[in-house]
Amino acid sequence: MMQLPRWADIVLVPLISLLMAGIIAAFVLLAIGESPAEALTTMVNGALGSPYAWGYTLYYATSFIFTGLAVTVAFHAGLFNIGGEGQAQLGGLGVALICLALPWPHWTVALLAATLGAALFGAAWAAIPAYLQAKLGSHIVITTIMFNYIAASFIIYMLVDVLRPAGQMDPATARFGPGTALPTLNEIPLLNLIFAKPVPGNVTLFLALLAAWAVWEMLWRTKLGYEIRAFGKSEKAARYAGISPLRVTMIAMMMSGALAGMMSVNNVMGESGRLVQNSSEGAGFIGIAVALMGRNHPIGVILAAVLFGALYQGGAELGLWTSIPLELRIVVQGLVILFTGALDQMVRMMLAPLFARRRLAV
Amino acid sequence: MSLDTLLQLLDTTLRFATPLLFACLAGLYSERAGIFDIGLEGKMLVAAMAAASVAALSGSVYFGLLAGIGASLVFAGIHGVASITFRGNQLISGVALNFLASGVTVLVAQKLFRQGGGTPALSGDARFNAIELPFAEALRGVPVLGPFYAEVISGQTLLVYIALLAVPVTWWVLYRTRYGLRLRAVGENPAAVDTAGVSVVALRFSAVAIAGVLCGLAGAYMSTGLVAAFGREMTAGRGYIALAALIFAKWRPWYALWATLLFGFFQALALRPDVFKALGVSIPVAALDALPYVLTVIVLAGIVGKATPPRAGGEPYVKER
Repeated sequence: MMQLPRWADIVLVPLISLLMAGIIAAFVLLAIGESPAEALTTMVNGALGSPYAWGYTLYYATSFIFTGLAVTVAFHAGLFNIGGEGQAQLGGLGVALICLALPWPHWTVALLAATLGAALFGAAWAAIPAYLQAKLGSHIVITTIMFNYIAASFIIYMLVDVLRPAGQMDPATARFGPGTALPTLNEIPLLNLIFAKPVPGNVTLFLALLAAWAVWEMLWRTKLGYEIRAFGKSEKAARYAGISPLRVTMIAMMMSGALAGMMSVNNVMGESGRLVQNSSEGAGFIGIAVALMGRNHPIGVILAAVLFGALYQGGAELGLWTSIPLELRIVVQGLVILFTGALDQMVRMMLAPLFARRRLAV
Repeated sequence: MSLDTLLQLLDTTLRFATPLLFACLAGLYSERAGIFDIGLEGKMLVAAMAAASVAALSGSVYFGLLAGIGASLVFAGIHGVASITFRGNQLISGVALNFLASGVTVLVAQKLFRQGGGTPALSGDARFNAIELPFAEALRGVPVLGPFYAEVISGQTLLVYIALLAVPVTWWVLYRTRYGLRLRAVGENPAAVDTAGVSVVALRFSAVAIAGVLCGLAGAYMSTGLVAAFGREMTAGRGYIALAALIFAKWRPWYALWATLLFGFFQALALRPDVFKALGVSIPVAALDALPYVLTVIVLAGIVGKATPPRAGGEPYVKER
């Protein structure tokens, strides 16, 4: 294993990985006869070029912070949670049930309750694969993937047969009451000086930042966090130290599921104001890329989430203004996961000579 | 349930089991050699797209098949480089390739055909057509077995028979050849194989390549045999179901056949709400859709008993220095 300076490991490796993902994506674009330069300018302008664009980028970033943190917490326990997508959709169901249950008097109360509901539903959906892994040794990667498909079917059933108001054609819940409308960034004092036009980014952004701080505090400042990280580094050593694998697996996965579920506060409550099919739109999967890119640290996750928020908003603009399908962003997402998660050794090998030479020179 | 309905169900079962069987055997070679392969799904998807696209453009399903296998091999190659050469995380590499496949297939198909990320419907020589086995009609009069032979066994496409043939071949390769012995050894104890002077890297790459070819067949069957067109995300989690079948089959070829037939039967059942109605059970459509996935979880949770995976699975091999 090559040793790179710490800063290179934290900053340079992800950036080079991103660069290589970008270069390959450019080749893909050239291969299908599109202009990478046009794609890049459209994406950058559409995602970062104006406060209005930032309002969208931050909206996506809010969701990705939650799902990125979800993958991060599980990763630290040595668990690969690919079920963020299903957990997020179940979280959306939790949000919808809470929002529809009462005529909420004020958004602050509704926000608290909905967050709790989202976290509970997400955690419950993650608890089953966690239990199966800890008790019966079913591979958590495969069970969480299966739970994504099951969640999708379950949500369709709930929307079509249970929650759909009489007389409505499309499979969705009724609209939430006015007391549940979260202030968007352009409605918040001071911020409204920056965001003039209505944007989807909303107050959930601050909830996401709070969650990032809480995850950091939990992982590195509490006994539980220590247990989770010890278990993730070496299950044998952790077991020998008296840490219960069942307890750590359950708690880490349920926190992971809760975080993934909480992203639904952003899109279901903050944006659409009702629960629709496939509400999370792949954000659960993007959490994997965000966690890897962010080096499994909450600060890294926030930065990577903004980056992917820009990628998503930029990709949507591509779909609007060019003939490039917006699936380009899934390609970039896959490449980033490949380079930061599976080929990081290769990136390190490429960087190693640079640092070796410098050391010789000194 | 009448005999006719049952035969129709079994016929669909065999059709649905075929891609699962190919993918399951692909995973078997790879995992027996110590390389986890979550990327079966992605390899099937690119193969399905490449096969249908080339078949549509050239008018020949065989060119399509080759293109499918080629595309799948490229992805297998990336997985090999990431997990063998650079000793990366095999699970993450597989997940990455699945996303890559999901995006690239739409981009390319959209560029080629401008039909919402799919290909036009294939017909004639551009798709695999049913093969009537000899005596299918003559033997129809034999009670039970006759109609079974005529309806289920006969009248499938070429790749179905290849898939069924791949089971004994895999058994023979794995348990009766020197290569198979080494392949199994490298998944259990690569250091021993290395000490014996056999290249761990070459063995593992060969296993990943075989997995690539088999996933290519699985994908090509999806888009040129099972249905005659590529549609976005058409593999719909079959790669993962094949993985579950592999665990259910305890990484053994004959068990893989039974496991994939069972899962194929569940998928066939999910398409037939009328069977449930006839039995007097009312089940929402969404529950039927989820059935294969739920059963996969149940299978993973318990019925498997103690399934022991290859011991060195998922661990990159570092030569002692």
